[in-house]
Amino acid sequence: MTVTPIKPWRATKRDIATQIAVLLASVVAAYFLIANTGFEGRLPLVIFFGIFSITALAIISGLRRGKEAAKDAVLAGAAYVGLFALLLPVVSILWTVISRGTAAIYGGFFTTDMSQDPFSSPLDAGGIKHALIGTLWLIVIALIISVPLGILTALYLTETKGPGSGLIRFLVQAMSGIPSIVAGLFIYSALISGTGRGFSGFMGALALSILMIPTVARTAEEVLKLVPPDLREAGLALGATQWKTVALVVLPAAKSGLVTAVILGVARIAGETAPLLFTTGGADATNLNPMDDNMGTIPFYIWKALIDGSPEAASRAWAGIFILMLAVLALFGTARYLSRARTVR
Amino acid sequence: MSDDKLENNKNNEENAMNATTSTNTAQPPQEAADQPKSSGLGDVATASAERRVRTEQPIGSGLEARNVHAWFGKYHAISDISLDFPTGTVTALIGPSGCGKSTFLRTLNRMHEFIPGAAMAGEVLLHGKDIYAPGTDVTKIRLKIGMVFQKPNPFPSMTIGENVLAGIKLAQLKISDKKELMEECLERAGLWNEVKDRLDQPGGSLSGGQQQRLCIARSLAVRPEVLLMDEPCSALDPGSTLKIEETIGELSKTMTVIIVTHNMQQAARVSDYTAFLLSDGGPGQLIEFAPTREIFTRPKDKRTENYVTGRFG
Amino acid sequence: MTIAEIERPNPAPVPRALETKPRISDQIFRSIVALGGFSSLIILGLIAAYLFFRGYSILRTEGLSFITGYEWVSSINSDGTAGSEQSTYGVGAMLLGTLVTAAIALTIGVPVAVLAALYLTFFAPVRIRNFLVSVVDLMAAFPSILFGLWGLYVLMEPGMYVAELLNKYLGWIPIFAVPVPVFLRSPFIAGLVLAVMIIPIVTAISREIFAQTPLDRIQAAYALGASKWAMIKNVAFPYSYSGVVGGAMLGLGRAMGETVAVFTVLNILYQANFKILLGAGGNLASHIILKFGEASEEEIKALMAAGFVLFLMTLGVNMLANFIVSRTSRRGR
Repeated sequence: MTVTPIKPWRATKRDIATQIAVLLASVVAAYFLIANTGFEGRLPLVIFFGIFSITALAIISGLRRGKEAAKDAVLAGAAYVGLFALLLPVVSILWTVISRGTAAIYGGFFTTDMSQDPFSSPLDAGGIKHALIGTLWLIVIALIISVPLGILTALYLTETKGPGSGLIRFLVQAMSGIPSIVAGLFIYSALISGTGRGFSGFMGALALSILMIPTVARTAEEVLKLVPPDLREAGLALGATQWKTVALVVLPAAKSGLVTAVILGVARIAGETAPLLFTTGGADATNLNPMDDNMGTIPFYIWKALIDGSPEAASRAWAGIFILMLAVLALFGTARYLSRARTVR
Repeated sequence: MSDDKLENNKNNEENAMNATTSTNTAQPPQEAADQPKSSGLGDVATASAERRVRTEQPIGSGLEARNVHAWFGKYHAISDISLDFPTGTVTALIGPSGCGKSTFLRTLNRMHEFIPGAAMAGEVLLHGKDIYAPGTDVTKIRLKIGMVFQKPNPFPSMTIGENVLAGIKLAQLKISDKKELMEECLERAGLWNEVKDRLDQPGGSLSGGQQQRLCIARSLAVRPEVLLMDEPCSALDPGSTLKIEETIGELSKTMTVIIVTHNMQQAARVSDYTAFLLSDGGPGQLIEFAPTREIFTRPKDKRTENYVTGRFG
Repeated sequence: MTIAEIERPNPAPVPRALETKPRISDQIFRSIVALGGFSSLIILGLIAAYLFFRGYSILRTEGLSFITGYEWVSSINSDGTAGSEQSTYGVGAMLLGTLVTAAIALTIGVPVAVLAALYLTFFAPVRIRNFLVSVVDLMAAFPSILFGLWGLYVLMEPGMYVAELLNKYLGWIPIFAVPVPVFLRSPFIAGLVLAVMIIPIVTAISREIFAQTPLDRIQAAYALGASKWAMIKNVAFPYSYSGVVGGAMLGLGRAMGETVAVFTVLNILYQANFKILLGAGGNLASHIILKFGEASEEEIKALMAAGFVLFLMTLGVNMLANFIVSRTSRRGR
């Protein structure tokens, strides 16, 4: 005799039908209310729907199963409101980026810069070439500076465990909260102001490194902590020095996690605008030299388009963001994929 | 139990006792060939059964499980368990680890369903009504069927006094005299004298055994009819264990107690009835259910016999 | 044969001192790692030092009124000519603006984030939860200029509509009153945008803390006949409370330091504006950007000083927040 498993605690069909009926009734009631009073638009509709449906569901639960069940229903309703309020902006943002981002992209978008055409010119001229090159340069230089420092910091906290580790960990966390504008101001005040040096890509990369190092360091520390201590002991027991153990055993074991840390660091700085305003400035022409003179970057491109204000410029701004978002999504996707591959192994 | 059966048992016990003092317990007593060998636990079971005399009327009704199955996802954990827990008795669930005793216990107060992927089949009847029936208010069920866990878990953010009344607060019950209820529950749990002067100290400041008794007091405050205990003494020292076993004895005068234990001596000391569960690689099943004395002296199933005589488990 | 007893000279054993002199390569390794490790300390110190140093003259001139003063006047006009007034630099109005926009962001953002975290921890089915957690993490990685764009072009209209409603029905409350019906680019809108920016962080932290509520306490509550609401109120909240506060403070730190998003959606005027629905205001960070483009040398020093103040503020809030969050996570009970 076979027995079928059941889940009697799940909501019964009757419960679900009641809930759906209540929701529909609330929509109708909200509509009615809007039509007959001075409110207009979708927002009041949503708000009234929320109020009606939660109240109705709470009353029904209360009648059926008492005051505690009514409170449960209100809590569940509030939780769903929170969920909705969380998701609505995300969906709206993604939708806007996708729907408005492609308008300005045409054949030559990636191969021309803005040196010949102002931001308000029609959308079949000008492009983002200079910004792409600039952002790439900045990321490369920032990587060269931040990855070693970030990983060394993590190593200090997990391998050497030297004096002041607690302090350093605390400081790294504090550092990750520094507003990006402060990083830019710092580089300006230390290296540009009063020295006669002008803006350059390199300066921007320095400012970005300040933001990138804590991200890399924290993620790298988490990842290195996951490497089992037995591995380290095995290395040392074989007579290897500490640095050999770290270099040949620990780091390879944490390889994919470290790559994730780096990727997250890049995602952190790819879209930063404020620091660049004090360090790299922005240029409309392509500048291949990061050590000298302003460079265009994607965030600055967007910023300039924003300031311009014309509809064409607005489309350009959305296009810039669209490309930036593609990059961030790609980076995130890779990081997720790597961390899942790690745990599966 | 009929009188002559009692006589017969008494004789067996005496012979067994003689046998055990002179040789090791593995030697079967020399009686009629069809008498299975008894274990030393039989003496314990008998002694404790005779100590318990029913003087008060137990409240509420017993609990009945009919054809209960439980799954974790696709894994069939327990299969077709039917047990009737009579009012005002203590039933022990014994069996080797992994046989599904705790899982079964948790189907009795609908705690099993918290595990993601859990499913069940069958019925659990309280007052003759299935607690899994659609539309049942599960929180009210849990007020009637309480549970004490293996690891004592008083709420650390509450004082001792607040812990006892936690159930009242959580379920928002109206009680006229909270102090009286608190004292009564602590008394019944055997903890009142030890904590009456420090009711406003944090719940976590007690020793393990005291914490467990606090948890018992806490579950008594909502006036359950049935109390489920999931290996309540396994994390405690023998002194605390003894105190709690005394408490169980007291509690069974007014409610039904079901206790999961992997300690057979405890089952023999404490329970009126014992159910033996076993899993042979598949889902756990009920092998035998009988008055405790019988399980430990004349188990009907060979597997039960092997378990209670310590051949495995 | 008897065995002669010999007195042991030293009956109590004494542990030997173990000396390991690491090899040269390891010593070098340790030094390099230490250098890298201390880089954060060095960088933080340098930031504080340079900003302070560059802004020092202004700080000394203004003294405490740099923080409390309500005027920002540069004696040199943007075209280099000498202006008529004496320079006064005070960031008071902008500090208030920072606090006002951050307060709005917290008031809207924290309840949403906590409710969303409750949903994720206690109501969401496992698969949906994992997906949504990824979504929240992704949202935390959106660049701030995206929020500025979205705030300006998408949120402004509905935001203004809500502002008008608030003004119409709740205008008797002082903060909702406006001297003129200009609702465009108000602190309210800026606060809304900031709220959307901090929701991912606060949600992520709150969710992690809720998920750490000890299971045995939750089970004990349910076994006593608690409803979900009672369990959350009496077990999950008391346990998670300080961690959630820490998470909210991290959100506060982010909101206080946000630059481009605020600059885009808020009409930056140097005045302390408590009428949040009126289209004027600012925060410290956006004020710095606004003035930087055409600042004279002297004004740049003032901006450095302002940056120093911003640095200290956000650093303080973040350190406190991290301390609170780590204390909750490490709590054993």
